[in-house]
Amino acid sequence: MHDLIPSTALGGSTPRTDTFPHVTLSENDGLALASVAARLGREADCHGHLSALLGRVPGPGQAVLRDPEAGFWMGPEQWMIGAPSASQELLAEDLKARFGDSASITEQSGGWVCFDLIGPGMVDVMERLCAAPVRRMQAGDAQRTVIHQLGCFVIRREDPNHLRILGPRASAGTLHHALVTAARATA
Amino acid sequence: MTQKNRFETGGQIDRESLHKFTFDGKSYTGHAGDTLASALLANGVRLMGRSFKYHRPRGVLTAGSEEPNALVELRGGARQEPNTRATTIELYDRLFAKSQNRLGSLKFDLLAINDRLSNFLTAGFYYKTFMWPAAFWEKLYEPIIRHAAGLGSLSLKEDPDVYDKGFLHCDLLIIGAGPSGLAAALTAGRAGADVILADEDFRMGGRLNSESYALGDMSGADWAAATVAELASLPNVRLMARTTVIGAFDHGIYGAVERVSDHLREPQPDKPRQILWRIYTKRTILAAGATERPIAFDNNDRPGIMLASALRTYANRFAVAADKRVAIFTNNDDGHRTATDLQAQGIKIAAVVDVRADAPRSADYEVLHGEVVDTKGRLGLTFAELKLTDGSSRTLECGALGMSGGWNPNVHMTCHQRGRPTWNADLAAFVPGEALPAGMTVAGAALGDLSTAGALSGGVKAAQSALDLSGQGPDLPQAEDAPINIKPFWYVEGCSRAWLDPQNDVTVKDVKLSHQEGFRSVEHLKRYTTLGMATDQGKTSNMGGLAIMAEFAGKTIPEVGTTIFRPPYTPTAIGAFGGRHRGQEFHPKRLTPSHAWAEERGAVFVEAGNWLRAQWFPLPGETTWRESVDREVLATRGSAGVCDVTTLGKVDVQGTDAAEFLNKIYCNGFAKLAVGKTRYGLMLREDGIAMDDGTAARLADDHFVVTTTTANALPVYRHMEFVRQCLFPDMDVQLISTTEAWAQYAVAGPNSRKVLEKIVDQDISDEAFPFMACANITVCGGLRARLFRISFSGELAYEIAVPTAYGDALIRRIMDEGAEFDITPYGTEALGVMRIEKGHAAGNELNGTTTAQNLGMGRMVSKKKDSIGSVLSEREGLNTDTDLRQIGIKPVDPSASVPAGAHLMKLTGPISAAEDQGYVTSACYSPNLGHAIALGFLQNGSERMGERIRLVSPLTGVETEVEIVSAHFIDPEGDRLRA
Repeated sequence: MHDLIPSTALGGSTPRTDTFPHVTLSENDGLALASVAARLGREADCHGHLSALLGRVPGPGQAVLRDPEAGFWMGPEQWMIGAPSASQELLAEDLKARFGDSASITEQSGGWVCFDLIGPGMVDVMERLCAAPVRRMQAGDAQRTVIHQLGCFVIRREDPNHLRILGPRASAGTLHHALVTAARATA
Repeated sequence: MTQKNRFETGGQIDRESLHKFTFDGKSYTGHAGDTLASALLANGVRLMGRSFKYHRPRGVLTAGSEEPNALVELRGGARQEPNTRATTIELYDRLFAKSQNRLGSLKFDLLAINDRLSNFLTAGFYYKTFMWPAAFWEKLYEPIIRHAAGLGSLSLKEDPDVYDKGFLHCDLLIIGAGPSGLAAALTAGRAGADVILADEDFRMGGRLNSESYALGDMSGADWAAATVAELASLPNVRLMARTTVIGAFDHGIYGAVERVSDHLREPQPDKPRQILWRIYTKRTILAAGATERPIAFDNNDRPGIMLASALRTYANRFAVAADKRVAIFTNNDDGHRTATDLQAQGIKIAAVVDVRADAPRSADYEVLHGEVVDTKGRLGLTFAELKLTDGSSRTLECGALGMSGGWNPNVHMTCHQRGRPTWNADLAAFVPGEALPAGMTVAGAALGDLSTAGALSGGVKAAQSALDLSGQGPDLPQAEDAPINIKPFWYVEGCSRAWLDPQNDVTVKDVKLSHQEGFRSVEHLKRYTTLGMATDQGKTSNMGGLAIMAEFAGKTIPEVGTTIFRPPYTPTAIGAFGGRHRGQEFHPKRLTPSHAWAEERGAVFVEAGNWLRAQWFPLPGETTWRESVDREVLATRGSAGVCDVTTLGKVDVQGTDAAEFLNKIYCNGFAKLAVGKTRYGLMLREDGIAMDDGTAARLADDHFVVTTTTANALPVYRHMEFVRQCLFPDMDVQLISTTEAWAQYAVAGPNSRKVLEKIVDQDISDEAFPFMACANITVCGGLRARLFRISFSGELAYEIAVPTAYGDALIRRIMDEGAEFDITPYGTEALGVMRIEKGHAAGNELNGTTTAQNLGMGRMVSKKKDSIGSVLSEREGLNTDTDLRQIGIKPVDPSASVPAGAHLMKLTGPISAAEDQGYVTSACYSPNLGHAIALGFLQNGSERMGERIRLVSPLTGVETEVEIVSAHFIDPEGDRLRA
């Protein structure tokens, strides 16, 4: 067991939470991520593994919100799989074992920062931030969008007041600042 | 001062809410619901500004956003905003405004002398006058013109307010909340559609708020208020007052500016002043109404002379009389409506002057058949001079004069995608053409339906059509449905100083001059005279100008046509376009995993793209950056150094064809690269020019990690995706960026292995892990990691990567474990020095013009395979024996400097572009060699080692004798990195 202590994307030892009258913004540090891209000619096999893992294959603009693994569509024959890092820190290795040579698996845990925006003002906040039609999105909808010039994914969770935002980890501070600013502007 | 021109009752103002405000230092009062213009008029203030060119006294012309005259400087200090239309400023308590464009007071503007010089200051004056002597232009003419020109003044302080951007989606966007817009919203809202109803006014209702007629058994304003209340109760309808839709863009996207805080003294904390909304809509109804137009006659610009409809608005909506004695000059029935309304409020109608022989008669006021030919009154209207059809003249005493020249449908938004309006002779106006922005329908006055009943029913039909609804729609109240009776009449014959465009001081005479001098196209007319420019964009003036040009040119009005309508519809603050992207938030920051640690050590950062990279790490006592950088270089070459190289692009390449794919994108071979090995690769563009370099590490048969330079991480990834998707779609290869997923550190120097041996769990001896090896490893007792034995510095060196979350911990561990070897963090400056000492090319050398041969890598372009750029890299004329080659440069005098960008010339002879033999790309001081060194390109350079040549930089005054040497200043045999 190694003895290096991880830090959160915002640089803290624990995830940060910002509370506003209408929303709560939480840094979610507990997500392991890995991308899955189907190998050419092995798409059916890859879909089979995805279905077994998630229950179904998420289509464009879609996520499957299933515990412990969830996944969303990222591009043609490409998905992102997420799972709790506490139990599945080696998610990419686990997926490689499952998918075999039907898919290319890439660890992405360190590439992203995850924020959970929850509250009745969630949509109002997001309308100041991105062009994705968050108000119209349903639970399980996942969209690639741009927030403050940063390529992000937004995923509507089952709680209608809950949106999950994945953004580039190196710009976690910028993304957090944009979210907090929008939250203050709409409070 | 009391509000002497305020009616005792009526209007849509809150009389309980008294607002104090000042204009030009004088205190007044008004009410909530007033505009600054209505409040000033209520206080008897007609003079509100000075005109642009002649500094003529001006008051309001309109009661809306089309206002050309009453421009003021609103607020003070950093919030001072010039050119703000008094007619759109919502009155708030303690509002502070002042007039602008004057020298002295508003009443005694010294620059009014320009009016006396008007014979010289006609259209084209600048073009004709300031041609000679040429030397005067820059030193005399331009400073004077710049001092005199412009409207209002800027505070030159940073805007203290913030602006937001936002994004909305809807089924139906309705632009304008007048009768047609409200009827459309009611129809669509009740049908359950997602509706956005936007109106630039702070009170929705449009002309319904300005008119006196009834809708059914309610007043128009009350019906509007009741309808707005119902719409507000519908969850699927979003009402956006104070929101101006400024443009119709591609794909159903509209821009809209919401003035969130402009009606407040200052925005609430954290709240924006304005929001620039991008509205995505499936369908749009343009219900933007119409704008009344004036009539041109001599001195028709005096304060008190305004549009007749504006007089109605001030009277009916704001309960304000522009004056107690009013005359009307009209060519249509609408002028008579104004007279009726004002008379009902107790205002004396001096007369209605109608150009039509069949003008309606009235028992309540005098109707005269004729024209207003001139006016009097230095700072405000006092008399109107008439010439009647029977040949007689008459003088009317009046303090206000309403002009009613007909109505122009607001077609602007229909033309934002190059549509052209069409001429409607019945209305004597342009109406929307057939080529509308996709999904747009036009309704109400904007379509030319100028009656209230027509607007209401048109709004319903438009909504039904847009949303494909059937049925009757909402029950509409009975409303006026008067026909349009108009006789086109643009200007009074024989006038000389009749103002067409009061904002730009353009007269009928200027249009005539433009015609005489050949500027007859409507676009030329605009540029020559400035007709229709500036804040109002000619909303009240363009039509008159082109009608008069048509007459002079002997053409019809539609033959002359209109100028192009462009967004924004009304003036928009630049801050709204910038949004939150200003100052530190202008662009996002990318922080390396060691950023916090580097900050603790006082690192000086440099922007590399969006990344902030440590440039150097100053220690106490070091007074210059060179001291720090020299120390970092010497320490690294002497023992060990560590540098964050996370910013280098990393692309994960997987698939059974991964190796073949790399063979295509790199000019050198990769197919036979063994697993566990890394190779330097050079990427060419299609045209054979070098694009980027980096390494590719083979972690498995079907798995590579490609690194790119920091600057080219995105372009290279984009290029690779293009190659994958478009050039070789049959290859089984998958790409994904992992740049941010791994924290990566270069550990360099003769003791680097010893440092890493304390961290890495596996054997990394030279035998087990030789030069260019790579592997998945573990560190610190089991954390997954990657190790690459590659070197940019030329030293024994490694790059070690861990998942980014552990990046901070790893850099601290490296420093701790390296302490016994005096490990030194180094920044990008030291990195640059070491790579120049080693002769490695970087962005300065891969500058978009250099070939592999220029870089001394010509033999890397494999002839055994096909790769992108390989064929064109050998095209005729590209590579010659004497073309540029990368070389090293050192000064003959060791104390001399060698600036990057300098050019290389013969030792003697002229310094000119014709004599240029090459140039310096990268330069630094080498602390190891004790003098400046440089890399550069020199003609036939590889054959000129030892030659002395002259380095010149005429811009910086440098002229130095240098020696051409190998680019490998340090360890040319590579013994160190293989140690």
